[in-house]
Amino acid sequence: MPHKAIEAAPQLNHAMLSEVAEIKELTPLQRVFTSQAFWVTVALVVLYSGMAMYEVSFGTVDNFANLTRNFAPFGIMALGMTVVIITGGIDLSIGSIMGAVAIVTGLFLTWEYPWYVAFFMGLATGLAFGAINGFFVAYVGLSSFVVTLGMMSVARSFAVVLSGNQMLYKFGPDAAIVKAIGQAKWPRQTPGDSLPDWIPQLSSHFWTMVVLAFVVGYVFIFKAWGRHLFAIGGNEEAARLTGVPVNLVKFEAYVFSAFTASIASLLILGYSGSAINAMGQTYELRVIAATVIGGANLMGGAGTAFGAVVGSAFLEVIRNALLMAGIDSNWQGAFVGAFIVLAVLLGKQTGGKSFVAAMFERIVPKRNRWKTAAGK
Amino acid sequence: MTLLQVNAVSKSFGAIHALTDVSFSLDAGEVVGFMGDNGAGKSTMVKLIAGNFPPTEGEVVVDGQVCHFHKPLEARAKGIEVVYQDLALADNLTAAQNVFLGREVNKGVWPFTILDKEAMIKRAAELFSELKSETRPRDLVKKMSGGQRQAVAIARTRLSNAKLVLMDEPTAAISVRQVAEVLELIRRLKSQGVAIMLISHRMPDVFAVSDRIMVLRRGSLVADKATAKTSPEEITGLITGAIRAA
Repeated sequence: MPHKAIEAAPQLNHAMLSEVAEIKELTPLQRVFTSQAFWVTVALVVLYSGMAMYEVSFGTVDNFANLTRNFAPFGIMALGMTVVIITGGIDLSIGSIMGAVAIVTGLFLTWEYPWYVAFFMGLATGLAFGAINGFFVAYVGLSSFVVTLGMMSVARSFAVVLSGNQMLYKFGPDAAIVKAIGQAKWPRQTPGDSLPDWIPQLSSHFWTMVVLAFVVGYVFIFKAWGRHLFAIGGNEEAARLTGVPVNLVKFEAYVFSAFTASIASLLILGYSGSAINAMGQTYELRVIAATVIGGANLMGGAGTAFGAVVGSAFLEVIRNALLMAGIDSNWQGAFVGAFIVLAVLLGKQTGGKSFVAAMFERIVPKRNRWKTAAGK
Repeated sequence: MTLLQVNAVSKSFGAIHALTDVSFSLDAGEVVGFMGDNGAGKSTMVKLIAGNFPPTEGEVVVDGQVCHFHKPLEARAKGIEVVYQDLALADNLTAAQNVFLGREVNKGVWPFTILDKEAMIKRAAELFSELKSETRPRDLVKKMSGGQRQAVAIARTRLSNAKLVLMDEPTAAISVRQVAEVLELIRRLKSQGVAIMLISHRMPDVFAVSDRIMVLRRGSLVADKATAKTSPEEITGLITGAIRAA
């Protein structure tokens, strides 16, 4: 006859498979806590409020409007970059595409075309460059690093040649409209209005980013196209064998990345009221950094729209905070670099758990372990 | 009822004759072990039936229709599915997402169609329970055991109600317990009337589940015998060439 204790507690003898292999489904809350974007958001809030207390001018409404306007173009491009990185690729050409788009748009404005014609031509140029990237990566099968590295050079040189190495600023009759688009703010603060003063005047750049982020997030979560991006990044061959139109999806990813670069370029062009062929130089590296900080995996298969935005915001807040704290701007690189590595370390998955969760568990052991020990 | 008929099929790649004059047929609900040494032409035969390329000579007849496929998708449309050796799963997606990969269910009106996640999860759960697998549709494939991964790959073939499933080395490189799990999955498929071609090196597994065993040697079919009427020794002899033909 079996011992009473064994009969009474048969489940003690057999560990559930899920306990051993730790394959329990994550609750939505756990999923949030294990995501890198969440920890970066926490760091962002801490950094922002800390700086706001330390330096009064940092926390002002005006500086908030400034910050959001500064990082928005990076956020916009980071959304495009995230799409490419999820497929396991990289786009190094976005900075140069910005330059080319700005020059083409600037030229059409200089030739006194209406603003929409100029914008359309700029956008078309950007999309064409993206299509060339996509064609060589998806259909020819070259490495995305090589193709976009080449495009980085080609698009920049294209911009320099077209511009005759001149800055373009004598825009025709539509100069005012272009400027209005780039400098638009909402909501507007005017002296004596009923709007509370603590509401920042957010730029058109910021709002464009917000709209794009929602669109990209929606596509990632609700659309088959988004799911295909992740599948390609996870196992491209598997995606191909199961009938996912891999080549087309990859092609579209590069076109979308170029599209975001074009939008960012047009906004900056409008804001500054001029076009230079050096626009966007080294921006690709900042965008990749922002994307990675936001939790995208350079090996492909992971990334979020929210992460792209938060990563960009984080980089800008560090930059701005260092500036306001009076630290020599030459130190920015060191800080930004350190934070890239730190963020990736925080998001690192060890044994299905985030690095933070694993460290936390080492310090504070799980409660049910104690229970089992007591039960015996 | 004859499901698949391979009539005098030959396939050559330039000067290499991968298959020479191979003929056999397959009935619904039949499990056939397909054996042979490396380079005997097993994968060529599988790829041919799966639609990767058409035969050089001869014909493949599916359901009484001559079919010469050029793309795997064409074969799939005819009810032929392949469970690849590496299973063709995306690790970063869940079981349900993998089952429906490339055939996602949408709802809503264009252009606002969105993925019908509940429907897909529900259907995937049904498929897993049909296969009597413990796999849960919301789990990431990354964290699954070899047997569960097989279940996901096999569930995928059930989605389209495939009539013929080609399985390439499903029991290679997994643990003993998981092998039993996979063999059980094969029996389940059979009980639902699916014909299975099991390509394997593992003699005990083939003997455990197949009704018939075929042996390929140097591109020719040297044996096509009921499992009950042969022995592992004879099959080994046929594979190596010690026995000429049976």
